[in-house]
Amino acid sequence: MANNAKGGDGGFIANLGKIYGIYTGGFAGFVIVLAILEQMGVSNQVIGYLFVFLTIGVYALIGYLSRTAEMGEYYVAGRKVPAFYNGMATGSDWMSAASFIGMAGTLYLLGYDGLAFVLGWTGGYLLVSILLAPYLRKFGQYTVPDFLGARYGGNLARFCGVIVLISASFTYVTSQIFGVGIIASRFLGISFEIAVFVGLAGILVCSMLGGMRAVTWTQVAQYIILIIAYLIPVVIMSAKVTGVPIPQLMYGQALEKIAVLEQSMGVVKGHTAVFSNAKGEINLLDAVNFFALILCLMVGTAALPHILMRYFTTPSVREARQSVAWSLFFIFLLYFTAPAYAAFGKLEVYQNVIGTPIANLPAWVQSWGEIGLVGTCDAADAATRYVMCKGVVGNGDGILQLNEFRIASDAIVLATPEIAGLPYVVAGLVAAGGLAAALSTADGLLLAIANALSHDVYYRMIDPHAPTKRRLIISRALLIVVAIAAAWVASTKPSTILAMVAWAFSIAASGLFPALVMGIWWKRTSNTGAIAGMVAGYGVCVYYLVMTQFYGMPLWFGIKNISCGLFGIPAAFIVTYVVSLMTTAPTKEMQDFIDSIRVPKGGVKLASADDAISH
Amino acid sequence: MSDLSPEKAKAYWARTSGLMWTMLGIWFFFGFAVHFFAPQLNTIKIIGFPLGFYMAAQGSLIAFVVSLFWFASKQNAIDEEFGVAEDE
Repeated sequence: MANNAKGGDGGFIANLGKIYGIYTGGFAGFVIVLAILEQMGVSNQVIGYLFVFLTIGVYALIGYLSRTAEMGEYYVAGRKVPAFYNGMATGSDWMSAASFIGMAGTLYLLGYDGLAFVLGWTGGYLLVSILLAPYLRKFGQYTVPDFLGARYGGNLARFCGVIVLISASFTYVTSQIFGVGIIASRFLGISFEIAVFVGLAGILVCSMLGGMRAVTWTQVAQYIILIIAYLIPVVIMSAKVTGVPIPQLMYGQALEKIAVLEQSMGVVKGHTAVFSNAKGEINLLDAVNFFALILCLMVGTAALPHILMRYFTTPSVREARQSVAWSLFFIFLLYFTAPAYAAFGKLEVYQNVIGTPIANLPAWVQSWGEIGLVGTCDAADAATRYVMCKGVVGNGDGILQLNEFRIASDAIVLATPEIAGLPYVVAGLVAAGGLAAALSTADGLLLAIANALSHDVYYRMIDPHAPTKRRLIISRALLIVVAIAAAWVASTKPSTILAMVAWAFSIAASGLFPALVMGIWWKRTSNTGAIAGMVAGYGVCVYYLVMTQFYGMPLWFGIKNISCGLFGIPAAFIVTYVVSLMTTAPTKEMQDFIDSIRVPKGGVKLASADDAISH
Repeated sequence: MSDLSPEKAKAYWARTSGLMWTMLGIWFFFGFAVHFFAPQLNTIKIIGFPLGFYMAAQGSLIAFVVSLFWFASKQNAIDEEFGVAEDE
């Protein structure tokens, strides 16, 4: 196996705490230096450049230092990533630009209903840990399709897995690169199209030379930056508003004040109101959609290959389980803070923006209005000056009413430093954090796609006798090709693609989850049954998405198409079950294989020698 | 199963499955069941938070994290009891 560590490697693993401790201290020092420079009069533009290029430079350096020519290192980081650090890497792998920048704004706009995302994007880790990760780790090969191939008799099942993986991951990676482009263009003052390719370079230097090994250690570094950047503005905001710098506890006060203000302004659907429609009544269909979305996001989490493959990298089955717990802990730190951002943002808007004469609005409203993320739509010609005001008719009384105020979901996190009156260096820090979140997720997704193509399609299906050297060259070439394709798609600002991102969860949930879970937990699952189930689940989900989105098909039972997994998941389970019972049971060798991956200790007894891994 | 007798292997898997179902119960309770009652829970206020909102924004998340650490140690105890934990 790939455990034959190279010389300096053991020392690196043993000193991880020290290395990342120094790194964190260095980053803090860097932020302080920039703060001093700002006070000395260095321009915002220069500070933005320093943030973007220095952080990308550090990631690139880590990527370069982690270069490798060994298969085990390239595909699974040598299987020596300790549970704690794999948890951090998974955290940044998981939290995308949407989580970092968009989630708090979604909660601001949707109130309670937005919490479906908070629940759905955390609870799925329970499924990962109890149903899948430890067994996939024991199986011990390189990719998720590897498991499907070994369990379900070869290349057809493997190929189905690859199709689902690419469908779920490609739109997702496109939106990450789009996010990188948005942040880089805003803080560097360059055009979006150029910014996309700057981001692309940042992604490739992290992953190309060292594969999974490089991505792992940059993701840990990116997690540290993104969590610091996320917490600092809202902690200061909380201290300012409530006197206590613990936003997660103190936003209860903000919620109380919001409720009072809502009443005085005549808001019918309150921030904390549950499943309520525009009239403020409880709406059953909203409730059903709320729970359907939670289910699809959770099951989808447990089936997304770029997350599952992170648990291939731990030293043992035991550490794989611990690592899922650490992952969720690190993700939790951000997700339980997001609602605080939303509450403090809303309080600021209700207290200091709504009901204020246009001339006296706070400065942040003006500055974010200029770049189109905020709209003050009182004046009759507001729609010509603010993109956000399209379709809003103001009464022109010179005072901003609630229905004349528009804010984009991205603005909440980005504007908080300014709302709290913090220096520009904090805004730069937030940008660096958003960049880290987008880059780390893009890295993980790109690697998942490129590995599926190079390992599963090229090596397993096309040329099983390819020498190591050629396999590595192919892997890297495919990584570049996929990255450029994704960047090209992102640079065209495709609105349909971006709307499709949330579909990834339902697609993975319908196409992969049943086959993976039943392969481990139900020995009777036959090859034909699993393949039929994958086709059925994926087919139902994609059919529903495409028909409702593009061909005007009415919704089934009023379920929004983002939750198409609600139909796809049961379809896949039922078809797998019925077809398995109709076809011959798996062989004795296959049953022994399943037994061997259910137990942490001992070897894995592959049913077919062709499935053995070679280095 | 390397050195487990068929009976022991069966007992091991029964215990592991039992823990799996317990965890799925916790998952369902905190992921879904609690929130069915969000409208009722929201009438209770704790340090400013309506309880229904709090459970979806924080309470369930804390339960998820804690239960995962508990699961990791519990499954490890089962592995050691049956002598199938990996030696390091």
